[in-house]
Amino acid sequence: MKKLMLTNEAVARGAYEAGVKVVSSYPGTPSTEITEFAAKYPEIYCEWAPNEKVAVEVAIGASIGGGRALACMKHVGVNVAADPLFTAAYTGVNAGLVIAVADDPAMHSSQNEQDSRFYARAAHIPMLEPADSQEAIEFMKLAYRISEEYDTPVFFRLTTRIAHSQSFVVTSEREERPLKEYKKDAMKYVMMPAMARARHLAVEAREARLASDVNRMGVNRAEIRSSKLGIVCSGAVYQYVKEATDASVFKLGIVYPLPMEAIRKFAEQVDELMVIEELEPFFEDQLKANGIACHGKEIFGRQGEYSVAFIREKLYGIPSPKSTLTLPARPPVMCAGCPHRGVFYILNKLRLAVSGDIGCYTLGALAPLNALDTCICMGASVGVSHGFDKVGSPAAKKMVSVIGDSTFIHSGITGIINAVYNQSDITCIILDNSITGMTGHQDNPATGRTIKGEPAYKLNLEALLKSCGVGSVRVVDAYDLVELERVIKEEVERPGVSAIIARRPCALLNKKYPPALHIEQEKCMKCKSCLRIGCPAIESIEGGVRINPELCVACGVCETLCKFGAIVG
Amino acid sequence: MLDILIVGVGGQGTLLASRILGAYAERKGMDCKLSEVHGMSQRGGSVVTHVRIGRSVLSPLVSEGEADYILAFERLEALRWSHYLKKDGILLINDQIILPMPVITGAQSYPADITEKLTAEGRNYRLVQGLTLAAEAGNTKAVNVVMLGVLFKMIGETEESAIQALEVSVPAKLLEINRKALALGYRA
Repeated sequence: MKKLMLTNEAVARGAYEAGVKVVSSYPGTPSTEITEFAAKYPEIYCEWAPNEKVAVEVAIGASIGGGRALACMKHVGVNVAADPLFTAAYTGVNAGLVIAVADDPAMHSSQNEQDSRFYARAAHIPMLEPADSQEAIEFMKLAYRISEEYDTPVFFRLTTRIAHSQSFVVTSEREERPLKEYKKDAMKYVMMPAMARARHLAVEAREARLASDVNRMGVNRAEIRSSKLGIVCSGAVYQYVKEATDASVFKLGIVYPLPMEAIRKFAEQVDELMVIEELEPFFEDQLKANGIACHGKEIFGRQGEYSVAFIREKLYGIPSPKSTLTLPARPPVMCAGCPHRGVFYILNKLRLAVSGDIGCYTLGALAPLNALDTCICMGASVGVSHGFDKVGSPAAKKMVSVIGDSTFIHSGITGIINAVYNQSDITCIILDNSITGMTGHQDNPATGRTIKGEPAYKLNLEALLKSCGVGSVRVVDAYDLVELERVIKEEVERPGVSAIIARRPCALLNKKYPPALHIEQEKCMKCKSCLRIGCPAIESIEGGVRINPELCVACGVCETLCKFGAIVG
Repeated sequence: MLDILIVGVGGQGTLLASRILGAYAERKGMDCKLSEVHGMSQRGGSVVTHVRIGRSVLSPLVSEGEADYILAFERLEALRWSHYLKKDGILLINDQIILPMPVITGAQSYPADITEKLTAEGRNYRLVQGLTLAAEAGNTKAVNVVMLGVLFKMIGETEESAIQALEVSVPAKLLEINRKALALGYRA
């Protein structure tokens, strides 16, 4: 029976049908739901790892140990996982190993627009890319067949528009696969120079065989519609091209290595060959290097997402309607009751420089809090503030780093160890909201629950920081602004490495809120200082301020702020 | 092809609305694609969900100037996305204002003349008292389903057919309220 399915769910379904035994991932938009859906199958062992590197290492172990394995991440997660991946390309696999990676053209929820296809080429790992949910299921099964037949890890690439769209699928039964026998084989699995030299030859031979075989694989196909123009494309762009044009299309299901001979044959059947691909000219440069005349990037550019209208406009000069109005923007905001809000209010009030990190709290950079100075990548906040200290920047004297609980575990902890070891003078605030928030509430090692909701050891952040040698570790209720201000002042003054854990669960975790607060208009002096915390529940109205009872969760942060006692429960 | 854009503010239930339309397409035996927004834009930001129903759907996105209907759950969002509407398309607007942060802080002001601007753009629009009807149904969060009720009536679908799509999409304990919301929208 046909049913609508989110592509990320279809990736999980494909893994299930392929008999996958282990899934290990770190959440990251737009990849998160793959692992969440995989966790619903009792036949699959599924976990959240502390970061993408660990996730890939677990998947490598499961594969060498004899069971099909999957690790999922967003594009920037591959940067973290690149180390094991490049060498897993050398060892190859025992049972199939697939790495799902979701790119985010247009940066709906990311800090950069990197193109993960380059990892396939750099690491010599084949990469598949589906164009809808049904292909996601089929391609996952193909990915495992390729992985085992060619003895290689396989990348499975998605982009936001494919990962987060739903289309119809027909599902099949799971093919249960007994564990493959594990045989000790140091020449294959112990990568030291002597063994790795031999394996490097194997990698080259494998890639040559694959580069030839992909010309005959059905997932790479020519669809001849016109002899004038031929377009090479993949993924979401394939759908746009089919709808926007009547050109012939070469659809790539395997985006690395490229089926050069099949594309050359296709090129001979059309007068003009174009490549339409989002982000970098990955296909185009390779085709040109192989002497296949083509163009595209000079018209379409490297920025953002494409669409049917965009392709029509660039290709045929048909303008698409655009909004001509200047309207107030509606950026995402920290929720009413968000425990991060008060912390940023105090940091702003104390005029501290703040090295930020990746999570909901990155929103502290926006008006009216305007609290962040930097945001680079997962875990960077700690290292950045240490760098400020060591270069002798005057800003370092009044600086803190802020990092969430999950991000701290992901890669902030190593920054802390470095800072202590190298005698830094920094203050790190861990915004512990007891969940991985931005990606939609995933458990992590500090929540005391696994992805399947089972009880787990709850990582003790205080004890961990102390054992790293952090001189002062303080815990503060993130709603208690008075205490927060006092502790932050003290710790910024204190020499050496200190840590403050600002603790309070994410406001969205607690569904039973006390009644909304309100403003006693006769006491309100219209000073509007309550508006400076940027709470979506506090609105500027004609002649004053009101609290929206639909949104207020009575966290009380604004209550502390009001000098006139006008905000009451 | 039926191209529908559902726009609103993160948390207003655009996702559920699109999934009900997906269930509707499924029952009708039509092809369908839905494109959703997850992640950062869900935190109270401007959100858009694309729904395409037809014999064979390629792109999961509705193109600018091609939407048959836009369901706007908030007034300002109706104006923000109105250029997606095709010439004879219809904009269904929930008559509700949710202030964005730049307006809350007083940095910008909320446009007072939204319907005038839409008229000047030559848009066909209809204001729906979605919040009032949702409250009448028993939960102000059911604005999304009220708006779907209006849409189903407009595309000439029977109420039974709309309710069937609803039944497979919402949890049993919320079904009664949503059924009421759908009926109120259908008759609005």
